[in-house]
Amino acid sequence: MNEGKATRRWKRPPLIANPTLRWTLWVGTAIYLAFAFGTMEVNWQRVAEGTERGQRFLASFFPPDFTSRWDSILEGILESMWMTITSTVVGIILSIPVGLGAARNLAWRPVYLFCRGILAVSRTFPEIILAIFFVKLFGFGPFAGFLALSVGTIGFYGKLLAEDIEDMDPVQAEAIKSVGARWLQWLNYAVQPQVMPRMIGLGIYRLDINFRESAVVGIVGGGGIGATLLTAFDRYEFDSAAAILLVIIGIVMVLEYTSGYIRKWVQ
Amino acid sequence: MPVKEIAGQKVWQRRTTRMQFAVWFGWLLGVAIFVYCWRLISDKTIWFFVTDAPNQAADMAERMVPPKWSYMNELWIPVWDTINIATLGTLMAIIIAVPVAFCAARNTTPSRHFVRPVALFIIVSSRSINSLIWALMLVTMIGPGVLAGVIAIGLRSIGFCAKLLYEAIEEIDETQVEAIVATGAKRSQQLSFGIVPQIMPAFAGITVFRWDINIRESTVLGLVGAGGIGLQLDSSISTLAWTQVSLILLVILATVIVSEWVSAKIRHAII
Amino acid sequence: MLRIENLEKFYPTGDHALKSVHLEIPRGQVMALIGPSGAGKSTLIRCVNRLVEPSSGAVFLGDIDLTRLGSSDLRHARSRMGMIFQEYALVERLSVMENVLSGRLGYVGFWRSFLRKFPQSDIDQAFELLERVGLDHMADKRADELSGGQRQRVGICRALIQNPELLLVDEPTASLDPKTSRQIMRLICELCEERQLAAIINIHDVLLAQMFARRIVGLQHGTIVYDGPPEDLNPDVLTQIYGEEDWEATIERVKDEDDNGDAGLADNVTELKPVS
Repeated sequence: MNEGKATRRWKRPPLIANPTLRWTLWVGTAIYLAFAFGTMEVNWQRVAEGTERGQRFLASFFPPDFTSRWDSILEGILESMWMTITSTVVGIILSIPVGLGAARNLAWRPVYLFCRGILAVSRTFPEIILAIFFVKLFGFGPFAGFLALSVGTIGFYGKLLAEDIEDMDPVQAEAIKSVGARWLQWLNYAVQPQVMPRMIGLGIYRLDINFRESAVVGIVGGGGIGATLLTAFDRYEFDSAAAILLVIIGIVMVLEYTSGYIRKWVQ
Repeated sequence: MPVKEIAGQKVWQRRTTRMQFAVWFGWLLGVAIFVYCWRLISDKTIWFFVTDAPNQAADMAERMVPPKWSYMNELWIPVWDTINIATLGTLMAIIIAVPVAFCAARNTTPSRHFVRPVALFIIVSSRSINSLIWALMLVTMIGPGVLAGVIAIGLRSIGFCAKLLYEAIEEIDETQVEAIVATGAKRSQQLSFGIVPQIMPAFAGITVFRWDINIRESTVLGLVGAGGIGLQLDSSISTLAWTQVSLILLVILATVIVSEWVSAKIRHAII
Repeated sequence: MLRIENLEKFYPTGDHALKSVHLEIPRGQVMALIGPSGAGKSTLIRCVNRLVEPSSGAVFLGDIDLTRLGSSDLRHARSRMGMIFQEYALVERLSVMENVLSGRLGYVGFWRSFLRKFPQSDIDQAFELLERVGLDHMADKRADELSGGQRQRVGICRALIQNPELLLVDEPTASLDPKTSRQIMRLICELCEERQLAAIINIHDVLLAQMFARRIVGLQHGTIVYDGPPEDLNPDVLTQIYGEEDWEATIERVKDEDDNGDAGLADNVTELKPVS
């Protein structure tokens, strides 16, 4: 105790107590950033040109032209929606058994590992890479996009379902087991009520994601609004492209609003 | 009431008859919509290709093994670029997302009727347009390369980071801020003493989470010419160099797994 | 020192929280404000430093009418009034020292406070206060690592480092156990005496109010129904404030504790080192 001292200095203690580690991290970050910027090959001349061209480019977005390509926009949007709905439904149905298998407190060990493997693989590759391969295999069109989105949904939904089941209250599950319920009865009475509200919310959230993704699988030939968008870009019809982007933003906003509403209603 | 009395006996049902009908009707409607959508898709599908797909897949798989390991020498730089696109893009996104989030949060926005809607519109438009579409536009504007990728990832991530961050700001404990206000602190001091310490963990968590997602997304930006390993993937697929494709897929797999591990470690260290 | 005239508060929900409240508190007086939940105690003290905007009426701190101040003058006035909160209201992720120093924010510019470069005199004072409440060895602990009583002491330091002329205290003991409650109340009263501070203490515990305050004001439905010394609180008055109930026991117990409670009152807080 240094009560006698009149002044005591005070400095805010640093976030990382160990000075060596702290300085290593700082210096390491600085070196990394220097290298990252250094190796970024930027054609500044092109960028300078681009900013000028970019203005013209942006100007050519306005005003958005909804009318001249409206038929193909509408067709693309509808196709995207069909893909979104079917892939979400199929993806969720398929992800339920996988998710159940990937819950540690439910499944037998080999089944658990197998299901976790499926989830890991289907989550690693972005939908767009999956779409490239499905286009190669199944030909151009919405079917390839539908498959890619379904696989993406399995990875997303299955993982969250498995985690939710692992986090559920074991006491309730035990209570139902103790009355002598069969496995399926037990799922229906103990597991389902606990995970259902959150899973409905996540299902709607995934619908939202799938719609957004459906806009890009078209770029590699997977059908939907993405194909229309790419055509608009290739033909330098930027005003039509702007219209498409606005339509996408609008639909996503509507989806987000309704999904928020439904989620509130479910819980 | 789901309990009815029929001939002196109490009958329990889960739902009333009307509710039961509503539920059935809901299911019927759902199934009808699904079938309708499915018909439309299947009309546009050439089923011959689909039935042929297993053979195609087997054929492709055969041509993909063994991966052409020597090609790895040409992949190191694209991998480095991919990581940089994700990291610098995330950096750019959070720098812009922080002010946007403060403008969008109900309790910190300078003006509810003017600034907040603008901030929310920035968030929605950034979120609804996929990074690949951003990249497509940027490549047309500033030319192909890593820079376009960085900006595309950045623009896409602003909305994501700002949305999660403004939700965190809205959930803070107001009494802690009130206590700072009561000391006579300026608005800037209320932010830095009352609000910032409360959202710091959320901020760090969001950044790491988004970085992890961005690693995945930046692997495909090359498909439209915005740098990274996607460029090699695109050219290998178009030249039908399947052994290179399989190697690239393995590299992507490894990158994603490592990034997931790193982000899990960092998140663990923060919380 | 503090003069409240004709203070009214309507909430947007239509609640009439304060009805023409008049109150005057001289320098150095510790006043306890009692009343049932929803009587308007919290609203009253929040109207003083305008965390809640009063609907009409005037609040004078010295000669200044607080209700007419613009935002920068209001900040200056707020720095002259310390506030202690129910549930402590510490910024949980800042250290004890930072929480105490945040009491100086009204006196320090933004960049100095942002870089945590407070004047050495503030730091000296912070250590002095922390020593006074027995927490100086915890200066660099994070606020959420402390126990309830310790947190409230930090809250007291934060209010006092403002060098206030008036303390506004909102249910300081609401989430503390009985023993800690007494220690905290005693600490607040001692500090007020040492520094000749006026204080308004909102408290729902009649016993504690009677033990520590010189003056008691009873609030019911936004109106002052009692204003006088603690000794004059009788069952009739309490019935008027809180409604019908058997009050004899409450009053008896206070008498008992006053008679033989001196030993308990004497022990100094600094001796009761916090259990860490």
